[in-house]
Amino acid sequence: MKKFTWVQPDNIDEAQRQINAVTATIATGKTIQGAAVIKAGGVDLLDLMKENIIAPAKIVSINALPGLGKIGFDEKSGLRIGALVKLSDLEENAEIKKHYAALHESVSHAATPQIRNMATLGGNLAQRPRCWYFRSEDHKCLKKGGTKCFAQEGQNQIHGIFNTEICPCVHSSSVSTALVAFGAQVEITGAKGKLRNVPLAEFFVSPQVDVTRENILERGEIITALTVPAPPKGQKSWYIKQAAKESYDWALADAAVVAQMSGDTIKDVKIVLGAAAPTPYRATAAEQLLRGQKVSEKLAVQVGTAAVEGATPLAHNAYKVPMFKAIVKECVLNLV
Amino acid sequence: MKKEENKPAGKKGFSRRNFLRGTGLTAAGMVVGTKGFAGEFAPAAAPVYGPDEVPVTLSVNDGSYQTLARPDEVLVDTLRERLDLTGTKLVCGRGACSACTVMVDDKPVCSCLTLTMEVQDKKITTIEGVADGDELHPIQQAFIDEDASMCGFCTPGMIMSCKSLLDRNSNPSLDEVKKAVRGNLCRCGTYPHVFKATLKAAERMG
Repeated sequence: MKKFTWVQPDNIDEAQRQINAVTATIATGKTIQGAAVIKAGGVDLLDLMKENIIAPAKIVSINALPGLGKIGFDEKSGLRIGALVKLSDLEENAEIKKHYAALHESVSHAATPQIRNMATLGGNLAQRPRCWYFRSEDHKCLKKGGTKCFAQEGQNQIHGIFNTEICPCVHSSSVSTALVAFGAQVEITGAKGKLRNVPLAEFFVSPQVDVTRENILERGEIITALTVPAPPKGQKSWYIKQAAKESYDWALADAAVVAQMSGDTIKDVKIVLGAAAPTPYRATAAEQLLRGQKVSEKLAVQVGTAAVEGATPLAHNAYKVPMFKAIVKECVLNLV
Repeated sequence: MKKEENKPAGKKGFSRRNFLRGTGLTAAGMVVGTKGFAGEFAPAAAPVYGPDEVPVTLSVNDGSYQTLARPDEVLVDTLRERLDLTGTKLVCGRGACSACTVMVDDKPVCSCLTLTMEVQDKKITTIEGVADGDELHPIQQAFIDEDASMCGFCTPGMIMSCKSLLDRNSNPSLDEVKKAVRGNLCRCGTYPHVFKATLKAAERMG
């Protein structure tokens, strides 16, 4: 890691005054004088710095900002998670386990116990992709302001199977897979305390919009909370992550299914696939098959097949297609 | 390095005294935000530290240490290089192997991804703080009895994970032990012995 200066403001205005860059911009090689970036848990940021992908001049730690470390739940207003809440706090929260099973599952399978004690929810949402070309300082790929995507013709085992044309990197946040399925919203605080609430699904940016970044955060904007709607009556959910190692690993494929049930009939449902596309992927055709139906083994298989409809796997990741089929089917069967 | 047993660490880690001392020692490297002071009254800008060494106070294994650290310094380096607490091992440096596990406020974390600057107001426990003087902690004794260490490089981190589990759960199941060490890589493959040792330690601690 290159040397930097460090500051830890205790109020958000001061933090925003100190920040003058986002990591995505400096990763493209654009020179920003005295680039000062935000740091929360630092798991992803320090990794990028150790790999020499970015070398900011100043780190602005937001760990002393008040009020961002709490989880609140109310049966009417739903769940509110401060941006600095650690993944391990989410994992241990009894209300989340009870009312948002898929979220609990996704968090408890994320990374290692150590990392979950360090990583914040805000940082998890804002982390950069794990594509090995992006993480290699020797590869000036599209994401880093280069002219070539090395994954297209190279080693693309871990990459996406949808929307692969420009940059097939997948978003690394498996927690987002569940959160998008629950219809979560991100609360972003901009200059002068201006708040904007954005559906998490729209927080992520596809390569078509801007290949050099994965989210809509502008310079100085800070994720301050994440809200999840109150669980409607009859809400059931499930989440499955498939990785190369059982102990801990990045997802090769993960899926979350959140349904509103009336008895054993599905009134409404959201199915989201992670590690499938550059942003969490809604399997809308599969959802359509389930609405108004009773869950059966046969239907679950059809839903799994529909979930991967239109997939365009790359040379080395066609294995993901049957993997998604299987985990979506299992998720659906777990609803009843 | 100076160890001052009875000196409490600054409440928030950044006492005014330390900050002033910092400006004296590293004036050339200090960049103090001054914008906030120009003109009319504005809240004081937060002090900016570095990029060179600044004094830090760390609370490690119930002792208070005053030393120097650069803002880019991670805890494992400060522990090993400045405090001579070399029990904590650095392996991957990327949070992927957990060899560098220490406890911060009683929770296991990777010291390779923890900035020293940010743990000044926290309680740090390293492998050196697990035994009680010459008396090994039951988890350490069980590691010896069950031959749970081969090359030994993952052992300090592995023990921190197992001890953290036993602190929270005095009667863990095999599955819970597996979950507790699932971030700790052992290339010698001692896992079955680690599981046995942890269960045995729990039994002894009863």
